[in-house]
Amino acid sequence: MSFPWAQQYEPKYGLTKFLDEKLPLPRLVYNAVGAGYPVPRNLSYFWNFGVLAGFCLVLQIVTGVVLAMHYAPNTLVAFDSTEHIMRNVNWGWLMRYAHANGASAFFVVVYIHIFRGLYYSSYKAPREMIWLLGVVIFLLMMATAFMGYVLPWGQMSYWGAKVITGLFGAIPLVGEGIQNWLLGGFAPDNAALNRFFSLHFLLPFVIAGVVILHIWALHIPGSSNPTGVEVKKESDTLPFHPYYTAKDGFGLGVFLIIYFAFVFFMPNALGHPDNYIPANPLSTPANIVPEWYFWPFYAILRAFTADFFFVPAKLMGVLAMFASILVWFFLPWLDKSPVRSGHYRPLFRKFFWFGLIPAIVVLGYCGGAHLSTTTILLSQIFTAYYFLHFLVILPIISLIERPEPMPYSITEAVLGHDPDSKLGPKPTTASPAKA
Amino acid sequence: MADQAIADNEGAAAVVTEGDGVRRRDFINIAAVSAAGIGGLAVVIPLVSQMSASKDVLAESTTEVDISSLQPGQAIKAVFRKQPVFVRSLTEAEIAAAESVSLNALRDPETLAERTVEGHTNILVTMGVCTHLGCVPLGAGDGENRGEFGGYFCPCHGSQFDTAGRIRKGPAPTNLEVPEYAFQSDTLIRIG
Repeated sequence: MSFPWAQQYEPKYGLTKFLDEKLPLPRLVYNAVGAGYPVPRNLSYFWNFGVLAGFCLVLQIVTGVVLAMHYAPNTLVAFDSTEHIMRNVNWGWLMRYAHANGASAFFVVVYIHIFRGLYYSSYKAPREMIWLLGVVIFLLMMATAFMGYVLPWGQMSYWGAKVITGLFGAIPLVGEGIQNWLLGGFAPDNAALNRFFSLHFLLPFVIAGVVILHIWALHIPGSSNPTGVEVKKESDTLPFHPYYTAKDGFGLGVFLIIYFAFVFFMPNALGHPDNYIPANPLSTPANIVPEWYFWPFYAILRAFTADFFFVPAKLMGVLAMFASILVWFFLPWLDKSPVRSGHYRPLFRKFFWFGLIPAIVVLGYCGGAHLSTTTILLSQIFTAYYFLHFLVILPIISLIERPEPMPYSITEAVLGHDPDSKLGPKPTTASPAKA
Repeated sequence: MADQAIADNEGAAAVVTEGDGVRRRDFINIAAVSAAGIGGLAVVIPLVSQMSASKDVLAESTTEVDISSLQPGQAIKAVFRKQPVFVRSLTEAEIAAAESVSLNALRDPETLAERTVEGHTNILVTMGVCTHLGCVPLGAGDGENRGEFGGYFCPCHGSQFDTAGRIRKGPAPTNLEVPEYAFQSDTLIRIG
């Protein structure tokens, strides 16, 4: 579906005409990310991150397939083959650093993409399905990243695998059976490493599939925008190409500068030195921490230190960690406010900037820090806030909040007036177009 | 679905007998779908089962430990199912310390006698795997920190175990696991 004023694809040459009849792939691309897709004219740079995430996925698949040509998933040689890639394989160091930092870059981009969705309520009707598919993609990304981190078979790889699969051991009765089934043994070993490699190779293509569904679902209502006002007419939109291909191209350039600054000048800044020690099942690193992008969730896991009624502390931590993401699935129905954009929601804005964001930042800090009574206490407080925010605060805000006046249309938000507006121009205090 | 089947097969309706009886076509339909469904489920069995521990992993699931040279106060670190296992010879003082604790004061109440084999209460066999998040506790090697209770100390999150390997302080929910084991002779233990 598209807006009625969308530009139509008209093949001009013999070959493109032939293709359009037999397999209209160019038409599909034209309508998806070409001039045939009308997009709100007021998108800010926050709307770059979907395209950037797609770029990261391609980057990870390309570098990953190359690495798989040189890596050997066997506990006897996995660590050595990783070093072989670093030292012997032509440009192997670049491929591995690009892949390892690419994972971090992917998560940075996706977190900003999710942040955008949360602030501008992109999850609200009619875009619930886009959001739900996005959460699925995020879960798949977490699984993929975790299994990829195990592959070099260093100390952090091994102990990360042990702790994370140990989470399943917290499930009553069947937990230990599930854990042994996942690992194919009683502790991480060759069976686990092999299957992690197999799945680490497979899941990115599953992600690519869900990304196609995500974009498909997006093209039914069309992109959201910073005002949250739906597109009404042609003057509200611009064709994706050349306007947003150009804007995304600029954003991609900025992204690449930052990304390659890491790849070339501080490739290990986000890693952990312990992972350059080969895996040793008999010796535990002093502080087992996951990669930075899992820190907030790890903090939630570790926040539970006492049994909760009859539920053991360890199981509570595991349940809370999974629930912290699963709650996102219910977000479109928890936030009932008809206003989408945080720009026009004064109360929502306060809790977002002074509640949710600091909570996630502090949880992130606590998840990466050495465990102490202070970090545990902070984790407990902000875990409580995190769940309160989604389950209690957001529904209440959407009932009692009085939103600020909104522009009649996207055109008015951009130009300051819209001839179609019955009420005439009105002041928009927080117009995002000026921001 | 039945309606659709009829609609789809209007041409064939002529050869089907009238009335409510089971039609030949319905029978074939149900039988075929059932067979395919059972076949599909049967395929799942090997696909799921291949993930479980393979024969060679299970073959390594017992370990024999020779304790002839183990002196009181010392411990041996062995490997059982790819995980560390601690075999410790307790001193008289350590046995006394473990037996003097009131069970009510324990998070996971077990006596030393329950955690050892009769006749060999001075030999404590436990997994070297912290019950919190699976780290290897210190205390089996010479000069390692044994924690406040003289047993084992987990460096990851500070769990403290006493001389019977019981959790006394810190986040671990249960005592260090005692694997199944038996004395083959006075100096040979078979674990698993």
